[in-house]
Amino acid sequence: MEGTERVFERLVLDHQNRIYALGLALTGNRHDAEEVAQDTFLRAYRALVTYPPDRVRELKQKAWLHRIAVNVVRNRVRGVRPRLVELNGSEPARGPGPEEDVMRKAEIDELAARVACLPARYREAVVLRHVQELSYAEVADALGQPVGTVKANVHRGLKLLRGETHGDGDD
Amino acid sequence: MATVMIDLKRLGDVKAPAGFADRVLAQAGMADSYAVFETVLGAVYVAWNRLGVSAAMRSKSAAEFEAWFHKEVGRRLVRVDAPADLAEKIEDQLEGTRRLRFDLRGLTPFSQAVLRKTLEIPRGQVRPYGWIAREIGHPAAVRAVGTALANNPIPYFIPCHRVIRSDGVIGNYGGGGPEAKKNILTLEGVQLKRLQELAHAGFRYEGVRSTKVFCFPTCYHGRTAKERNIVHFHSEQEAYAAGYRPCKHCRPAVVA
Repeated sequence: MEGTERVFERLVLDHQNRIYALGLALTGNRHDAEEVAQDTFLRAYRALVTYPPDRVRELKQKAWLHRIAVNVVRNRVRGVRPRLVELNGSEPARGPGPEEDVMRKAEIDELAARVACLPARYREAVVLRHVQELSYAEVADALGQPVGTVKANVHRGLKLLRGETHGDGDD
Repeated sequence: MATVMIDLKRLGDVKAPAGFADRVLAQAGMADSYAVFETVLGAVYVAWNRLGVSAAMRSKSAAEFEAWFHKEVGRRLVRVDAPADLAEKIEDQLEGTRRLRFDLRGLTPFSQAVLRKTLEIPRGQVRPYGWIAREIGHPAAVRAVGTALANNPIPYFIPCHRVIRSDGVIGNYGGGGPEAKKNILTLEGVQLKRLQELAHAGFRYEGVRSTKVFCFPTCYHGRTAKERNIVHFHSEQEAYAAGYRPCKHCRPAVVA
């Protein structure tokens, strides 16, 4: 138990930025991003405490967390948000970090909102491949889809993002 | 093509907000959260986790509270913005209209028993140390009760201020000294002056002629009795000899 808590603490510190960025790209706003990231880590924690030590040691943390996060986003129903912990219910809005000035923050938010407007199947593929920079094999694994499907979805998603919405005929 | 991909890459460089990891660890139960609340008692620092409220202190600063928590409780502590409903819950708890849950892990079973028993003392009433000792089944451990209450990690919430010496001396109070204790009791409606006059005269119990029941002086049981119908006793024996039985609410003596 003691060991698991240490592993989890490392996991959070090592991956918090990555998973928050993933949440932002998939949901398009910072509030939801934080909820998704928190939920991802809490699910990871609940799973970790049930795993035998070998399994914890051999875990491919990055791929595993991405898979959980994608499922968290998929399971979210608009307007119905599970309360995580009774007393820790509300999260306040937070200002930009020291390294993110206001201009840059606005640009990022606008970009995130644009990505979030993509249909889910393209958005997931594009975000994991080009925001999170996973390999196609890793993306396929995280999404539970064949590599070919992922490649096609990334391609179409990028096209949509560039504004080439016509002529592809895939809708 | 290239610019879109560069933009997307920048999206991946976003950092989690300040304090994110701490909040996650707090939610996983690996740390306590705390915030400062304005209450009827002034600013109170309150710590909690998923088991309930774990500590409360009227500290001068966040640093002082953190140092105290580190020494007394030893868990990781994370400052958060207070959830909107918690302030109301705390106010209700202090008003006596709500029961919060408490995390007393880390205390000895004896201390836990003392604090749980203390929670049963109604607002506006007081009990002697010896009462707690007897009620938890350790009638001789009066001093140990005093020690357990002095080290109460959640004063105000667990109302150790409602326990006073049977000779009427208010006694010391970890939550801000005897003066603070008097102030809180007065705020809760205890008539301290009357209580102390009785104690100085050697009276421990109050009986009502019509019902032949005797109580601790602050018990609500005899509150509506007319002054001329109230009698006072120095001891249980005296009350029994006069034909009185102990009150079943405040239990001034073991009910035979």
